[in-house]
Amino acid sequence: MKNIDAYTHVRGESIYLDDIPLIQGSLFGASFGSPVAHGVITNLDLRDAITHPGVVRIFTHKDIPGENQIGGIVPDEPLLAGHEVHFCGMPVAFVVADSMEAARAAVKKIKLTIDPLPVITDPREAQAQGELIIPPRTFQLGDTASSWSQCAHIFEGRADTNGQEHLYIETQGAYAVPQEHNAIKVYSSTQGPTAVQRAVSRVLGLPMHLVEVEVNRLGGGFGGKEDQANTWAALCALAAHHLKKPVKYSLHRMEDMAMTGKRHPYSADFKIGLNEALKIIAYEVTFYQNAGAAADLSPAVLERTLFHCTNSYYIPNVKATAYSCRTHLPPNTAFRGFGGPQGMFMIESAIAKAAEELGINAAIIQEKNLLQTGDEFPYGQKAQSEAPECWHKAKTLYDLDAMLQQVQAFNATNTLYKKGLACMPICFGISFTKTLMNQARSLVHVYMDGSVGITTGAVEMGQGVNTKIAQVAAQVFSIQPEKIKIHTTNTFKIANTSPSAASATADLNGKATMLACTAIADRLKKMAAEELGVDVRLVALQNEYVYVNGQRTDRDWKSLVMAGHIKRIGLSEHAHYATPEIYFDATKEKGHPFAYHVYGTAFVSITVDCIRGIYTVDAVKVVHDFGASMNIAVDMGQLEGGIVQGIGWMTMEEVVYDTNGKLRSNALSTYKVPDIYAVPKEIAVEFLQTPHENLAIFRSKAVGEPPLMYGIGAYFALRNAIRAYNENGHFPFAAPMTPERVLMALYPTQKKGITESHEETINHLAVDK
Amino acid sequence: MLPLIKFILNNKDIATKLPPGMVLLDFVRYHQHLTGTKVGCNEGDCGACTLLVGELKNNEMQYRSLTSCLTPLGNVHGKHVVTIEGLNMEGLNPIQQAMYDESATQCGFCTPGFVVSLAGFCLSGKNASTQNAIAAIDGNICRCTGYKSIERAAAKVAALMQARSSTEPIVFVTENNILPAWFATIKQRLYFLSTELNGQLQPTTAKEWVGGGTDVYVQKHDVMKDASIRFLFDEGGLKGITQQGNRCIIGASATVTDLCESPILQLHFPRLADHMKLVSSTPIRNIATVGGNLINASPIGDLTIFLLALDATLVFRHGEQQREIPLRQLYKGYKTLDKDPKEQLVTISFDLPGAFTLFNFEKVSKRTNLDIASVNTAICLTMADDRIQWARIAAGGVAPIPKLLEQTSAFLGGQVITETTIQEAIAIAQTEISPISDARGTADYKRLLLGQLMKAHFLELFAKAAH
Repeated sequence: MKNIDAYTHVRGESIYLDDIPLIQGSLFGASFGSPVAHGVITNLDLRDAITHPGVVRIFTHKDIPGENQIGGIVPDEPLLAGHEVHFCGMPVAFVVADSMEAARAAVKKIKLTIDPLPVITDPREAQAQGELIIPPRTFQLGDTASSWSQCAHIFEGRADTNGQEHLYIETQGAYAVPQEHNAIKVYSSTQGPTAVQRAVSRVLGLPMHLVEVEVNRLGGGFGGKEDQANTWAALCALAAHHLKKPVKYSLHRMEDMAMTGKRHPYSADFKIGLNEALKIIAYEVTFYQNAGAAADLSPAVLERTLFHCTNSYYIPNVKATAYSCRTHLPPNTAFRGFGGPQGMFMIESAIAKAAEELGINAAIIQEKNLLQTGDEFPYGQKAQSEAPECWHKAKTLYDLDAMLQQVQAFNATNTLYKKGLACMPICFGISFTKTLMNQARSLVHVYMDGSVGITTGAVEMGQGVNTKIAQVAAQVFSIQPEKIKIHTTNTFKIANTSPSAASATADLNGKATMLACTAIADRLKKMAAEELGVDVRLVALQNEYVYVNGQRTDRDWKSLVMAGHIKRIGLSEHAHYATPEIYFDATKEKGHPFAYHVYGTAFVSITVDCIRGIYTVDAVKVVHDFGASMNIAVDMGQLEGGIVQGIGWMTMEEVVYDTNGKLRSNALSTYKVPDIYAVPKEIAVEFLQTPHENLAIFRSKAVGEPPLMYGIGAYFALRNAIRAYNENGHFPFAAPMTPERVLMALYPTQKKGITESHEETINHLAVDK
Repeated sequence: MLPLIKFILNNKDIATKLPPGMVLLDFVRYHQHLTGTKVGCNEGDCGACTLLVGELKNNEMQYRSLTSCLTPLGNVHGKHVVTIEGLNMEGLNPIQQAMYDESATQCGFCTPGFVVSLAGFCLSGKNASTQNAIAAIDGNICRCTGYKSIERAAAKVAALMQARSSTEPIVFVTENNILPAWFATIKQRLYFLSTELNGQLQPTTAKEWVGGGTDVYVQKHDVMKDASIRFLFDEGGLKGITQQGNRCIIGASATVTDLCESPILQLHFPRLADHMKLVSSTPIRNIATVGGNLINASPIGDLTIFLLALDATLVFRHGEQQREIPLRQLYKGYKTLDKDPKEQLVTISFDLPGAFTLFNFEKVSKRTNLDIASVNTAICLTMADDRIQWARIAAGGVAPIPKLLEQTSAFLGGQVITETTIQEAIAIAQTEISPISDARGTADYKRLLLGQLMKAHFLELFAKAAH
């Protein structure tokens, strides 16, 4: 089944936030962000701005009737800066005018005087100064301290990953419309309607039942709209609440890039010990997470880094400590993988370091240490592992030995180009690691004409969740998908939702939908059984008909529903699902936090142009554990898209802040994501249909986040190619591997160490502040 | 008093007195409420706002894709503008069907841009190869799919066009139900429209001069809407690429696409297509002008570097006065020109490379395509046997101005090409440049990179066969 939105997408008829027809009298907002990363506000001069033609009112923190607070996990983030600013782009004032142009022009006339305070952009510096978002956390298994003596080889090192801009093509935005009884309706481009509802409720001092948040769909989210859609919704709601007029704010790309957080940059120190047989005996790692200026989702991201710090390997002795460091960058936030990719990059760096020092291929170490079923993760859960299955299937299917030989042969005969190959196994846990979030609800109405309307807490952002939910209902009722409509996500219809995140949306909302549909179907079957005078156990719904004992009856779906209505059978159901079995005890850092894990192995091969320092990804060949995919087209799309996004993070996507905390990669002209020519020439995918029971919807394992981590292989493939040119090249484990880093690594005599952050710049952009 | 701008939008005649400086994207979305065209980046880098613009050329319809976020209304005066809504038919058209069947859409936000670009490919008359279909979407960014499904859809679209042979594209696509039948009526309607038009869009007092708008609408987007603008893009005397003797003469408003498609340039620059593939994207090349690239004075303008190595000469006009100036003398400092604001660039000319002249262009950026250079460089060598007679090498991204490396060029003249000569040339070049660190790379990187690209020049021109 194709994505149910594809038809309107290709015709340009799908409705996104900025496409909603405006109510007459609607006003337009634009926010003024701090031009300085850290300082005390001494004066905010709005005089020139307020007199700009078309300006209706300018809001500051003083206008907030409720609480000036939007922090979700930790209450440390004001909506509008009052006394201090903590990052460049932090909203200080919100201009509302009768046109978008007027609002933006007025923003440029606001004058802010700030006494600057010291700016920290480096997480290690923040940690040294005690600037932590939460106390550090440590996951431990076995005892590393006593294990080093058993190790034949011990290596230590440092690894760094940079941030990543989400670059959803639809920018953030909201449209708030005042309602009677002081209520407010907010259209928001958010992955978390309830998060928006809570933020608006808190800022306006209104109970949640007065705040309706509606989401039709998103033009991409990737985690960037999980928590960070709140600001714009709250600003619009604040203005609409005061002015009693609808207020819309759809961010300009440069506002979006400058004011929102990104994937967390991490720095880490690692120590790895192996025995003679190359089994990893011990692994110690310390993570420094660059959280930015406020907590946002950083504590949860940090936790997932720890969960995935050993990736797909069993290591008997592990000590992993993580610091969430407060810096003066925009608060970093969720991004596909949610801290997992950073944890995996560090262990892969440690393995690569060991392999390089030992003069062997990293794949030898990787293969020897793959998780087996029954092995314990550092957090206590026992693995139901598909890791060896994926690895060995890939190795055979794609003939890894031949691939390695081809690379060697190419490198032996070419001086200007070198190839590199890397293996990237992955293991990713599915569930929100915060156990309480693993719940969902679905509201299913069967109308008397046989059509079905479904509302869940899931937000459609291209991942195909609504398609999967429609499939669930179609399967339970055994009707054509055309009879099913998935409605907008709305907090007045489904309450207390978890955000669409953690790859778990289809599982949670799909299971809730299955429960609701099953309840209605059971009532209808019971009625049919009574009507036909047969045992209900013999009655089935099949291909839009009632079947008895495998025989089709005359009763079709439509008439069955109508009969049900006439007999006053409930044709609606609101069902609740909570993932069973999972728990986590944060005081012991042990538990069973994941419903299941997703596994896979990718081989990534790259060719480097050793004269120019540029490169092409030749192939990514994958064996991926889908469980039993319920929609191969949708899942394939997630896989290909995730891989390319992961490669982007590892290669060309470079978030650049200067030492003053100002974003320099602040537009699409300076921040580059893969284009059609930059993607791997070949992406081969083998669907590993794994037989074990799992908690996924129809056993179809979650697929949103895991594939991104195959992209990490691109870094190590590049590393191998560079070392083929420059055999003894030592260069830092630092991503992204931009053409600059590649060239500097190919010709290391020119410069040693990590490239310095960029300071000077040509400042030529129109909306630049 | 604002001029009346007339054009055809999809199947509808438009006559508007909105400011000619307003971008087409805003007009389409917020005045015509055609919301299929999306706002993505406002600087021509994502393609979500891609539209097609058709005009009558030699009695045939010529359609080009463009980024409507950078195109002023004034530049579509007298033309046919096509949005995604204009491509919709009963059910899905075959381009949309290909995208649908290949699951080449996820969040859908970029999708209309891809469909419009692929329609542009169908209307372009280009060879029906997958490679050309993909080239048509090289300015469209998708953050969801990883492009592989879009590549598969593009291959299907290319296959749709394979039966065309010599039929005019617009006839073929309407007869084969690829696009709506009313497209066939556009030629006639445009013909009548163009006969009604006169020069009302050329205020003599205009403060802003706009060619394709691809840079000025990035730099000062907000002020352009209400600015008094002189539109140069369609000024008759500024178009065309011609040859007089061995001299090539390019009109200042010739676009990058015009360069790519010029038989004169194709003949004299065998690797022209490879070089131009490194210059922005299809929709930008369709509107970016050569004159704009030069006058914009960006230190990393690709065409500027190209033309510096060719020792191009510019002709400026001011009223009846004309003045010639070598391009190498134009740049006085960062974005400072030896040019009176009232002078207008009319033509750019240079000697076409002869049998003994070799030319190469190199560019490295963070992303190979659709990106601004970290460093770019062009070299032009006239050889006498195995000795360099004349050399000119230019480099961008290494100085406040697009830089002709005069000393390096002088040194290379008379040399036999050896490893040592190249190393010495690189060393001299290092003394001529003064790169800064910015989002496109550190100064140290740019120095190393220029040296590497100089090696690449010689490898490409002399040693490629060896490897």
